[in-house]
Amino acid sequence: MNLKRVYADFKVYRREYLRNRLGLFFALAFPVIFILLFGAIFSGAGSSSVAVYVQNLDANSNVSAAFIQSLNSTGVLNVKVVDISGNLSNYLLSHSLSNGIVIPRGFASDYENGKSVNVTVYTDPADSTSGIVLGAVSGVINGFNLKRVGASPVVGLNSATVNAHSTKYIDFLVPGLIGFSILTSPMFSMVNVTAEYKKFKRFKQLSLTPLTKGEWLVSKVIWYTILSFAAFVLMVFFGTAVFGANLRLSLIIIPFLIAGPTLFISLGMLVGIVTKSIESAGVIGNIITFPMMFLSGTFFPISTMPHFLQLVARFLPLYYVIAGLNDVMVFSNISTAYYNLAVTVAIAAVIFVLAARLFKWKEK
Amino acid sequence: MASAIIVDGLEKSYGTKKAVNCISFNVNQGEIFSLLGPNGAGKTTTVEILEGLRERDAGRIEVLGMDPWRQGYELHKRIGVIPQGFSFFDKQKPVEAIQYYAELFGVKVSAQKILEKVILEEAADTVFEDLSGGQRQKLGLALALVNDPEVLFLDEPTTGLDPQARRNLWNVIQGLKEGGRTVLLTTHYLEEAELLADKVAIMNHGEIMTSGTPEEIVSKYGSGKKIVIKGGEGVYSAIVRSGISGAFRNDNGEVSVPVRDRRDIISLVTSIESAGVTWGDIRTEEDSLEDVFVKLVGGTMDEGELRSKGVREGNSP
Repeated sequence: MNLKRVYADFKVYRREYLRNRLGLFFALAFPVIFILLFGAIFSGAGSSSVAVYVQNLDANSNVSAAFIQSLNSTGVLNVKVVDISGNLSNYLLSHSLSNGIVIPRGFASDYENGKSVNVTVYTDPADSTSGIVLGAVSGVINGFNLKRVGASPVVGLNSATVNAHSTKYIDFLVPGLIGFSILTSPMFSMVNVTAEYKKFKRFKQLSLTPLTKGEWLVSKVIWYTILSFAAFVLMVFFGTAVFGANLRLSLIIIPFLIAGPTLFISLGMLVGIVTKSIESAGVIGNIITFPMMFLSGTFFPISTMPHFLQLVARFLPLYYVIAGLNDVMVFSNISTAYYNLAVTVAIAAVIFVLAARLFKWKEK
Repeated sequence: MASAIIVDGLEKSYGTKKAVNCISFNVNQGEIFSLLGPNGAGKTTTVEILEGLRERDAGRIEVLGMDPWRQGYELHKRIGVIPQGFSFFDKQKPVEAIQYYAELFGVKVSAQKILEKVILEEAADTVFEDLSGGQRQKLGLALALVNDPEVLFLDEPTTGLDPQARRNLWNVIQGLKEGGRTVLLTTHYLEEAELLADKVAIMNHGEIMTSGTPEEIVSKYGSGKKIVIKGGEGVYSAIVRSGISGAFRNDNGEVSVPVRDRRDIISLVTSIESAGVTWGDIRTEEDSLEDVFVKLVGGTMDEGELRSKGVREGNSP
């Protein structure tokens, strides 16, 4: 291996990449846009409370006012009082809203007289917030019932987090998007580069120089490793500075930033080698990349997915990269991170060897 | 003179298709040798085998005394190649491309001097995607010269270029010959081969149909000198009636007649005059390489595609 030749090839590839602004956009700007977008959607102040529309038909009573106050105090509901003249169900439908509560007439007098009285809760089962609304309203109703009979709760609740510190969505999003960068940039580029080199016979041209296959591959690994480090720095910066992500850094992240790009460079090359045209290479590349992008815990923790999808995720190489980064950066669980690193390195080695064997400078 | 390239009984098949069928030729050092033939004749396969890019099925080949397939890595340091349809990275400038190749070959070169040699200095800072077709081919040639090669393989270097760009590149190739380099040039332009090559081999269907200097080939397969007379049916009939054989009319209203010496010319003119028909300009002509190619291959070439030639009236093949 001649390092001068590796560096010469690296310089040309870097220049080609930097002068092609589209590639740079997808490698660095795209993940930043994602972190700003998803960070703003899921980590913004007050964004965790669910809007609920309350029609208070017992408007002049202190009890109904206290009930509304209690709903607001849960911290998960954002109460918006609506006019009592119309039907709440129709109001919700006409305004495309999902959650509403009707406090019936005589609510205060029935409550004070110990007479059974129901508040009506409207939810949309297809909306993920319905469970939150039903749970919160049920809790408030229980509190009112206990107060009415002068009782105190016997079983209480202490809230604690699994981690030494509480985790937020942004904490998972940052490693996820680092994984996203590690996947997309090398994978899409190498699918395209390999298919293009084949079509325009650039591999043949290069084979007429002293550059070897190994040197060509190493220069690509170096470039995408540098891009992965750049993406890592950007993600951590925006995650912590803009959204207050709580992340732990460790040297064990470095092998993930090398093994990850190596894995996806090899996979991209493999796709480019085995397909017959640039177009078919692009299609096959997308078929492999997109499921991996969405099912490996990039945008949401794997634990929020259905069980069978969690099983599918374990067959995707990106899963182990993101799981490993989560182990280090979110859970500080280094021993599990080593396991995920070992799996990543093993998959990378297999695909690298396969791609290198199928990758031909010359033709028989 | 020592041989730079030796090909003896070379064979190559793709599946059941015989791409190169037992061909042999030698290229001496300092010579321009042209493989001439239509698309699919086997030229590129032959060249790629000589460059060490493809493995042969049978035969003996040597380039600079080396077996290209087994000693390709060493050979590539001593040869230069413009592959067919040369392309480079879109965003690189010629200066950068030359620097890249120089670093790969581990040699120190002046990019400016190489660009001057191929007449590309005005586009030194233009990225590849903005170069014209001719400039791109010149860059290919510039890269082929970076390692100061002893043998150059130019695979259809002027295909697709406009006539002016083609002539520019011919000048550059002639300059290389004057510099003493050995050049193996494949082309489907007969004019190019005739102008540049010391020796030519005409290939078709994987076989060499003939080889030698253009003059030798024309002399061997050409029909010799002929008289071309401007005139119509009357002139043609007068010649046929006088018993002179081999006359034929071409599409330009001319009659062509093979002649051996001056006496034939005098007798031809006399017979036309005595017939009292009107005739115009008269000139002597000799077969060109293209005429010979048509005879041997049975068609003309249009951008490498072989087109069957129409039957010529009164002419025997």
